[in-house]
Amino acid sequence: MNIDWNAFTPISALAGGVLIGLASAWLILANGRIAGISGILGGLINRERGPEERSNHGWQLAFILGLLAGPGVWALFYALPPIEINASYPVLVAAGLLVGLGTRYAAGCTSGHGVCGLSRMSPRSLAATLTFMCGGFATVFIARHLLGA
Amino acid sequence: MNKVTVSAFVSGLIFSVGLLLSGMANPEKVLGFLDLFGAWDPSLALVMGGAIAVGLPAFTLARKRERALLGGEIHLPTKRSLNRRLVLGSLAFGVGWGLAGFCPGPGIVATGALQPGAAIFVLAMLAGMFVFRILEQRTH
Repeated sequence: MNIDWNAFTPISALAGGVLIGLASAWLILANGRIAGISGILGGLINRERGPEERSNHGWQLAFILGLLAGPGVWALFYALPPIEINASYPVLVAAGLLVGLGTRYAAGCTSGHGVCGLSRMSPRSLAATLTFMCGGFATVFIARHLLGA
Repeated sequence: MNKVTVSAFVSGLIFSVGLLLSGMANPEKVLGFLDLFGAWDPSLALVMGGAIAVGLPAFTLARKRERALLGGEIHLPTKRSLNRRLVLGSLAFGVGWGLAGFCPGPGIVATGALQPGAAIFVLAMLAGMFVFRILEQRTH
């Protein structure tokens, strides 16, 4: 293993993580809801339009609007940090399809399983997190070191 | 607009700022973390560490409370099973994450930062979720 110390940003990573934790803590304690992004999006496009699902749409939409508004609010005070997207459009489409389908089957993603699930000490979320991390490590290994992309 | 909606919006906003600050909203940074066998950037392990350090006491408290602060029920997940759906779904998600460096939250945040590539990722992700919905309807 070969650590890239120039790229290592421990303080902003830790501080950003604490903010993510605070947002998740807020949502479960104030609203009684899990801050799981894929679950919230899935709820919004769910087929079951019963009264209970519909009553959830308000807070789900508000949370997503908060995510979308973040960069705009940030830009009022500071320059936005870099967002470098090097994947081609076809790769972004394939990635999006896999992420959308996979997170719905797994009933969670980095936030729902990785942050909230591990905070609940859920064995199911630990299994999910280890699996998607390994999937990510393996994919980057194949793309960067075997195929040399 | 009621208190529940405003509260969810504020949570989403703080979550978004956390993703931006941490570097999670930058796919190149994420891929640097996932590149375990190359020049590895361990930063994002600290994002999860920081989030769980706050989440652990909060969820412990949530489990003990009868109701949420705004009066509603506390909805904690009830699924316990470690099954094929969980593992294969997570694996597909991990492959998608490794292909472009986006997971769902950062995809939405980068779309909010008006990145066209992120918007394409998010549209494809919503399409993937839609396919899940159709497949689930067929089997039930």
